[in-house]
Amino acid sequence: MGEPPYFGYIICSRHQAEPALARMSCTGYSAEMQSIPRLKETSRATNRVETDRAREDRLRVSVGGQWRMGESERRDELASLLDELESGRVRRLTLVADGLGPWDSSLLVFLARLVGVARAGGVGVCLDLPDGLTRLLSLAFAVPAAADARQKEVKESFLSAVGGRALGLLPGMNNVFAFFGEFSQACCRLALGRAHMRARDLWEAVHECGVAALPIISLTSLLFGLILAFVGSVQLTQFGAQIYVAGLVSIGMLRIMGAVMVGVVMSGRVGAAYAAMIGAMQVNEEVDALQAAGIYPVDFLVLPRALAMTAMAPLLTLYADITGVIGGFLVAVTLMGINPYDYLSTAAQLTPFRHVLVGLAYGTFFGVIIALTGCFHGMRCGRSAQAVGLATTAAVVHSIVGIIVATAAITVVASALNV
Amino acid sequence: MDPDNTAATQALLRVCGLQAGFGRRVLMREVSFDVRAGEIFCILGGSGSGKSTLLRVLMGLKAPQAGQVFYGGKNFWAGDEESRRGIMRGAGVLFQGGALWSSMTLAENVEFVLQQHTDMSAGDIRAQALLKLALAGLTGFGDYYPSEISGGMRKRAGLARALALDPRILFLDEPSAGLDPVSGRMLDDLVLELRAALKTTFVIVSHELQSIFAVADNCIYLDAASRRVTARGRPADLARDPATEGNALRFLTRGAGLA
Repeated sequence: MGEPPYFGYIICSRHQAEPALARMSCTGYSAEMQSIPRLKETSRATNRVETDRAREDRLRVSVGGQWRMGESERRDELASLLDELESGRVRRLTLVADGLGPWDSSLLVFLARLVGVARAGGVGVCLDLPDGLTRLLSLAFAVPAAADARQKEVKESFLSAVGGRALGLLPGMNNVFAFFGEFSQACCRLALGRAHMRARDLWEAVHECGVAALPIISLTSLLFGLILAFVGSVQLTQFGAQIYVAGLVSIGMLRIMGAVMVGVVMSGRVGAAYAAMIGAMQVNEEVDALQAAGIYPVDFLVLPRALAMTAMAPLLTLYADITGVIGGFLVAVTLMGINPYDYLSTAAQLTPFRHVLVGLAYGTFFGVIIALTGCFHGMRCGRSAQAVGLATTAAVVHSIVGIIVATAAITVVASALNV
Repeated sequence: MDPDNTAATQALLRVCGLQAGFGRRVLMREVSFDVRAGEIFCILGGSGSGKSTLLRVLMGLKAPQAGQVFYGGKNFWAGDEESRRGIMRGAGVLFQGGALWSSMTLAENVEFVLQQHTDMSAGDIRAQALLKLALAGLTGFGDYYPSEISGGMRKRAGLARALALDPRILFLDEPSAGLDPVSGRMLDDLVLELRAALKTTFVIVSHELQSIFAVADNCIYLDAASRRVTARGRPADLARDPATEGNALRFLTRGAGLA
């Protein structure tokens, strides 16, 4: 930028500056202009701001000395100068450097605020500053504030906030329904054999929510079986009915607890992973790329994961049932002194097979809930790192809430059907 | 170029016999150059030549396999992480995509750096942040979130953040990649302007030829095939110099060097 600085209202350039008036001599300085260790220094920089009002409507501000960020902001002088400029008395502002030592952005901020207010009030601005300062100042005002640039959000009243939230609920549900719609369409395409799903993705997902989840499922359900047996034994020993621990553990695990263990563990393990992964793809525009390539994102991303989770959840439930029963067996045999054969035969006698089927039904529903919640939040994720975090949290929280609600619903249905 | 101390202090940044890579894969070896204060220095090279890796070594994000980096005579990689952090406090970095923190507004992005490294009051920090945004041409966008603005604006906001602490040296990773010609030109002008006004030193990784010819005082060309520096000097001169050979010439002439 070779041309002289242009400020819209400039009426003189530095060559026509008013004659210098009597001023103090400059303060001493020696440091090189730009030096790194100027942050958090203790010594105060010595800088000067002098004002001169030769005439009523002219304000002349001269700056000098060292200006260092964090030490020399000159708030009071700036505030009073800004007031003066805003009062409308001043018609011309002259900025002069006088004995200016090393300076940094703190001086720039000081001058830019003066120039900004002067420009806003139609005050003529005249600069007699070193080249670098003039250039940076003109750069700072080179781009006018965007017309649509946002003001700080207006504070909402309590009632309107509540109303806004309530009205926002319905469109939120729309998203859920739209997702279910897309998912059902994807299922139809799958049934017709036209879904854009790769077998490899399906197998990877099956591995991820099947075999890869076995260690943690083993640990949690084995321990849960142990706990059930312990808690039961305390009560049942009082009546001399220790043997019924076998029924307690096997009915508890098979009918519901195996499925719930799988649901809770998998919503943390798989639901969160789905939301985070699809969300990160959303941030990276990978989902848009799929769409642009004519591939249904739901087919490609959601279908394999939902199928894998739905298929694996009942199998994991069965596995959790068995490990839970083994946990109870260990406690009964080693700590309560029950004969292993007695334990097994009592368990078999007390537990009808329908409990296993009910447990599998719970497990299957949980699998669907976890997969769809995780994928839903991933697909609806915003485009920032923060949004991925929110999507992951929402996926886990919503799938656990969903699991509990589904448990209640299935329990009611099962008792109505008398199974 | 021997790493004697007197010469090392003259250059703001000096690199001696640097070797960098990943494990057994060496991306570059025997890379040496000086960057003087106030210079605009370009690191050129085709894709995969390790330009960004070199930049990461200079910024302290990746340790070199051999060789030294000196900042004002101080051996950068000989010290501990704390000393490197101290040196990097005098440097600003513009990452390729801007790398703005997405949970903060543009103004907060700049303010955060100032809050961490200075004792200024909140009002002063705010004023500083708005000025830095204004310098980058983002007047009035302080309350926008990075996800709400265009890629070019994100890049300029990244530059505003890099400028937050009035750095002595600025690293720019592909500053004009993905910008339209006018925005790219504006960014070049801004670089020249900042150099003239604040005497800031720039180290730029780029392969935008127009931008390189417009701003660079000096450059090195990293050759992907030989994994060495095969050309150095002022880019505009290099393109005409008959001594410039092979890939470097092809790079500077968009492939027209060798028919």
